[in-house]
Order: sequence, then structure tokens, then C-alpha cells
Amino acid sequence: MSLPVRTFDAIVVGAGGSGLRAALELARAGLKVAVLSKVFPTRSHTVAAQGGIAAPLANSTEDHWHWHMYDTVKGSDYLGDQDAIEYMCRRAVEVVVELEHMGMPFDRLENGKIYQRPFGGHTQDYGSSKMAMRACAAADRTGHAMLHTLYQQNLRANTQFFVEWMALDLLRDAQDGTVLGVSALEMESGEVTLFRAHATLLATGGAGRLFSASTNAFINTGDGLGMAARAGIPLQDMEFWQFHPTGVHGAGVLITEGVRGEGGYLLNKDGERFMERYAPNAKDLASRDVVSRAMTTEIKEGRGCGPEADHVLLKLDHLGADVINLRLPGIREIAIKFANADPIREPIPVVPTVHYQMGGIPANYLGEVVAPAGGNDDAVVAGLYAAGECSCVSVHGANRLGTNSLLDLLVFGKSSGEQMVKAIRAQPAAQRELSKDAGERTRARLARLDAAHSGERVAAVGNDLRRTMQAHCGVFRFPELLTEGVEKMKAIAERAGRVSIDDKSKIFNTARIEALELDNLVETALATAVSAEARRESRGAQTRSDYPERDDANWLKHTLWYKDGDRLAYKPVHLKPISVEAFEPKVRTY
Amino acid sequence: MKITIYRYDPDRDARPYMKDYEVALESTDRMLLDVLGRIKAQDDGVSFRRSCREGVCGSDAMNINGKNGLACITKIADLPAHVTLRPLPGLPVIRDLIVDMTQFFTQYESIKPYLINDEPPPERERLQSPEAREALNGLYECILCACCSTACPSFWWNPDKFVGPAGLLQAYRFIADSRDQATAARLDDLEDPYRLFRCHTIMNCVDVCPKNLNPTQAIGNIKDMMVRRAV
Repeated sequence: MSLPVRTFDAIVVGAGGSGLRAALELARAGLKVAVLSKVFPTRSHTVAAQGGIAAPLANSTEDHWHWHMYDTVKGSDYLGDQDAIEYMCRRAVEVVVELEHMGMPFDRLENGKIYQRPFGGHTQDYGSSKMAMRACAAADRTGHAMLHTLYQQNLRANTQFFVEWMALDLLRDAQDGTVLGVSALEMESGEVTLFRAHATLLATGGAGRLFSASTNAFINTGDGLGMAARAGIPLQDMEFWQFHPTGVHGAGVLITEGVRGEGGYLLNKDGERFMERYAPNAKDLASRDVVSRAMTTEIKEGRGCGPEADHVLLKLDHLGADVINLRLPGIREIAIKFANADPIREPIPVVPTVHYQMGGIPANYLGEVVAPAGGNDDAVVAGLYAAGECSCVSVHGANRLGTNSLLDLLVFGKSSGEQMVKAIRAQPAAQRELSKDAGERTRARLARLDAAHSGERVAAVGNDLRRTMQAHCGVFRFPELLTEGVEKMKAIAERAGRVSIDDKSKIFNTARIEALELDNLVETALATAVSAEARRESRGAQTRSDYPERDDANWLKHTLWYKDGDRLAYKPVHLKPISVEAFEPKVRTY
Repeated sequence: MKITIYRYDPDRDARPYMKDYEVALESTDRMLLDVLGRIKAQDDGVSFRRSCREGVCGSDAMNINGKNGLACITKIADLPAHVTLRPLPGLPVIRDLIVDMTQFFTQYESIKPYLINDEPPPERERLQSPEAREALNGLYECILCACCSTACPSFWWNPDKFVGPAGLLQAYRFIADSRDQATAARLDDLEDPYRLFRCHTIMNCVDVCPKNLNPTQAIGNIKDMMVRRAV
């Protein structure tokens, strides 16, 4: 029986910040666009972003896009592509001002301009000790405000949404590999449809649920990454995972860096403000990788807090109730609920917690997915685009700066939308026919789940996967653990192919969804473990005990992991910006 | 801990039923959503929505011992030893604790939930005073979880005609925004025996809002504006 086919000009998979920004561009251009999301758009994980969005508006301190570019290149530990970083920083003011025009409820300064706060690694004058106030904020709910604003604008533009439809696999032309669309499961009915379009954007977010302790939502299972990997597209720089310094101890829930931007700081069990030792200039506002390593070192050396000496404290009571209630109300709510601590009176117990995936589906700054072909490292994969956390553009390199993620969503959501509009208009209206077996991979995956009546539970395999990642790919990485981690992950991948679910219902079968998500987590976990084991240096978020230094001579290059053959390749970093001089790699201190 | 859950799978069940679960809690379990996770590990057919697990995405609204709330920020310690979970009242059930929220979102969409300002935008941000921005506090934070509207008897009776507390809160969010120019049209749209005036200040919405927002007050403010423009 053949699967039903629906045809659009463009498909956007994912309705977080980048997907919605791209969809807006497409809908406003009058194209027929389908946005597929496995959750209602405002439930996407962008909603949980707190502290701000970077743009050198210079509303409170002097600032410049080139300073922002310098901070981003340095923050990336020089692994970021400088052309893409220049592109992002140059468009920051434009996309943030646009967002304000759309109705975003930014906080305001007395003169009516957008309120901006300091953030980790944001400096004036190319890394001077003066911090730049660059993070545009709506209290500590910036992501919530932004996601709702973008959804609202899409309602106005009449974007067509397919809510609670989970995309499962990419459809590619058997001859030339052009991406022709996706297969997707309607969760309510359990039926699969093939979506066909000239252009398909993956905007599916990260895979932060790869680790046991994560700030991420349950839905962040790397769906776009799994789809790309299964379709033969490599995943780039997957060894680089950001540990956010301040996840609530025990619960993992995020406490924004904006707390430190507003003047909060970290304390060890001796009441020492220990970041002064690790980053004499920026202190608590050093880059996230630097702060997470410092915290982990304090805990390892016995200066952690609490009965288990397993966390540190984030102090902010000195900011006063007024500032906390005005600028950090959501944090107060979270601390009271998840840490039993009212930050107006007491510090919040925090630990570094997995937060963000710097790697992803390789894409250029126009959103086009690229993969090596015919001697070109960056050959465009026809028909396929990627934006947001699932992509690797690469503007974050080996470590992302706080507030650059929301900026990434807007800039590359918009640029990919623009590029898709151009590409669609340049094509003949008639779309290519899907091959007869177009949905075969998807049908086989679902048929296996339907037929399996014995086998391990999805949750059991998933928990082992998360525990393995947590133990083997942490803030500090060790050679034996990395090697062992690869072997364990391969074994877990085998087990994942044999899971079974009891629930065989067609109707809103969340057990089936979780089993399908596990496939995506497995691809992402394998990519991470294999890439991390192979990179024999310490850079940004990857710190190895056996190779403690950055090694630009051998490792200033991007990793590419291919599912087929579990194989690695490398490609050069784009060290040349679009219009300015390159920032040469130098020793990174804060 | 004993949990009784409303179960209904139209694929298999002739009618809904209540099913009991005994759950052995671990020391790390803090919220009701953690308990639901343990139940799902025993019985993978138990169906509910969830995502952020920190009270900002609005996925896991349900009726907890008779009162609407979010499972992810309902503390186990605050619950009695026996908890009964039902889907949000008043909306069609798709399966178990998952309801069809179409009516809820249709009402939200009906108030034009987006900034309307058709003047050409300036080169930089539109200016707004801190006081004007503060007027949006308590309004823009809504997470569209539907706890309020599905606790509202007026919405139960007229879900197709009464906007409901969530939609009206958002209507006022845009009326209150100094940058929005459509106040008159927004008030005209709500001046109707059903859309706004079915609110009888029962205040269930205020009682259940997991974000401590106050739709009744927002509705009162809209009514005030209508009276003031009429005199």
C-alpha cells in the first residue's frame, strides 16, 4: 500500500525559534509552507531560554559588531567559521530590532530603548576587562517572549502548521541525492504521510537529552540529526557539548547566566569567590566552558558544598529583592520550586549541566546543508537546509557564548528562509516524483516496532545511553573512559535496534514516539562518543586529561562523523571572514 | 504512593475507566511528573504530554485531585498519599490524559494575538517607557497550558462562543501594549454577549493558574475600558 503524499513549496521541520523565523520568511513571500512540529509550537524548547539575545545595540555601553565577532571567535576557541560569525554579528542588530517591531516585550531602559545586560565573554574593545552590555532581555524569560512573538507573527502570516506531527526520515532522490521531503507521523492518528517540497528545512533543535543531567526539555532528542545521519549526511563537531555552569543541583533545571550578568557570583564551601582565581578579569562572567571546568575542579578538590560536597553555590541575595523580582522573577520561581531556596535570602545550589550542542548538521550561513563531494568540502546538498541548534554553521565552534543561541535562531532562521525563497523561485513549478519505495525506511522502522513482542524496554536502553554519556563524555574527559564509552555506545546501539513496546495502539502512542526518538538519540550519541575519542586535544568544551592543550597544528579542523561505517573525516575551519581581517588563534584567557 | 489515572484509548476501549498504580518513589523524585515517568516505565501505554519539565512550555496540564495544574511543578510533598489524575475538563479526550485543544487555540487565535501597528517601523526599536513595559507584566508570561479556560464553567458551557480566560488575558496583553494601535478594533471585537461578557468573575482561572497570573483582573480591565469609552 502506498503512503499518502502531500506537496508544498517548502517544509519546515520544527517550530522553535529558527523554524518559526524561517517559516515567517516563506509565508510572507507567499509560498505554500508546511511547518511540522511534534509539539505545539510554543512548547518548543526555545521557550526555556532565559537570559537574553546578543546584539550590539550599544544602548548602555559602547559596543560594535566587530567586538561581538571577536568575542564569538575567541569563545569558540577558534573552531568557529569566521565567515559565518561575521555574517551573524553583522545581522544581529537588524534581526533583534525586527523582533522588537514584531511585538517582543523586551525590558526597557529609562530612555525607552531595549534593556541590555552583561553576559559571559561579552567584552568591549576586543577582550578588554570592560564588559559589554549586549544581552537584550525580557526579564529572564527572553526565549518564552521570543517564541510566542514569532508564533504570533506566523498566525498573522497564515503559516500552515502540522501540530503533533513527528518527522521521521528524509526522502532523497535515488539518483542524485536531492532531498525531496520528509516522512512524518501524525501522532493523533498514527498514520504516516510523505511530505514533498522543493526545499526542506531541518530546525529540530538539539539532543540535550543524551545526558542524564540536562537542562533540556524531554523533546530534545536530536530528531533532525538522526534523520540526516540515516540519510547519509555527516554530523559535524559532535564532540563539543556545552555544560552550562548553573543547572540546579539534582534537578538540572537551568539558572540563567543572567544571574551573574546582574551581579551574582559563585562560592565554594569556604565561602570563597573562586572564579577570581580562574579568570582574574571576567571572573564569574568568563566563558561557560571556563566556568564549568573551574566549578568541577573545585568540587573534585574537595571544596564543593553540601553533605556530599558535590555542588557549589550561586549567591544573588545581595542584588536585593527589587532587582530579583524585576529582572530575575523566573529564576526565583525555579529556585523556590526545584531547590527549596528563595534566592532573595539564600544561595542556589548549582552544578555544571549539559545544555547545548555546538555540533550538528553541517550548513553554510545561508542555511544550505553542505557535505564533502567531488573534492569540495562544502558541496551543497540540494533541497536540504538546516538552522538552529540542530545545525553546525559553525558559529559556536567548540564553545558557545551565552545569548548567541537565540541570535543564531533569528539570523540563520531568516537567512535560510530567504535562501529557500530564492531557490524555490528559481525552480520549475513541477516537483519531482517520489520513488515508489520513498517511505520504505520509515515503514520498516514502524513495522519492526509493531511486530516486536519481546525485547528490552525503550526506557531501559535510553537510561543506559544517558548514563554512559554522562560518565564517559563529561566536563573532563579521560582516554580510557572515552575508548570504553565508544564500545559501550556501540553495544547500546545494537540493543536499541531490538527494543519493544507493549503499546501497539495507533492513537497518540507516546511509547512509539519515544522508541522512534531513541533511534535519533543513538545516532547522536555514537557521533559524540566516536568524535570525542578521536580528537586528541583540549579545545573549548572538550577537555582531555591526556591532551590538556589546544593543538592548532593538528586539530584546528572540523570533525565529520558518518553513520555509514561509523567513520570520521575532517575539513578545514573557515578562518577567513567575509570582509574583515581574520582573528588569528591565540591563547585564550578571561 | 497510589495514583489513579483516567484511561481511555479509543482504539481499544469501549469506554473510559480509572486505573490504579502503586509507585515506589526514589529519593530523587520531586514532582508529580517524575511519578508519571515511573508509571510509564511500568505501563508504557499511559499517555500524557510533557516537555520542558520546569513549568514554561505548558504541555503537562491535567486535573490533579480535582484541580487543574502542571504535573512538572506540582510537588509530590504537597500531594496526599492517593492522587487521582484526569484529563483537563471540558475538552474532548484524545487518549488518557491527552485532550484535543483545538477549541482552546481557536479562541486564542480569535483575539488576533499579535502586535498590530501598521506605521512604517523606525530604523531602530520602537521606544517604550519602563512603566509602559511594566503594564505587560502578568500578561505576556502566559504559557497557553489551558489550566484556566478548562477550569472555567463559562468556557465549559460556551467553548465556541466565549473566548475564555486565556484568550482574554492575551487580548488585554495587546490592548495594554503602548506599541499596539488596534485597541478600538480589539474592544469592538469583544463587545459581544458571549466573547467577553460570559465571564461572571467566578475566578477559577486565578485559582488554578500555575504562573500566578490573573485573567479575571485583565477581563475587568477590558470591561472598564469599554465602559469608559461608552461614557
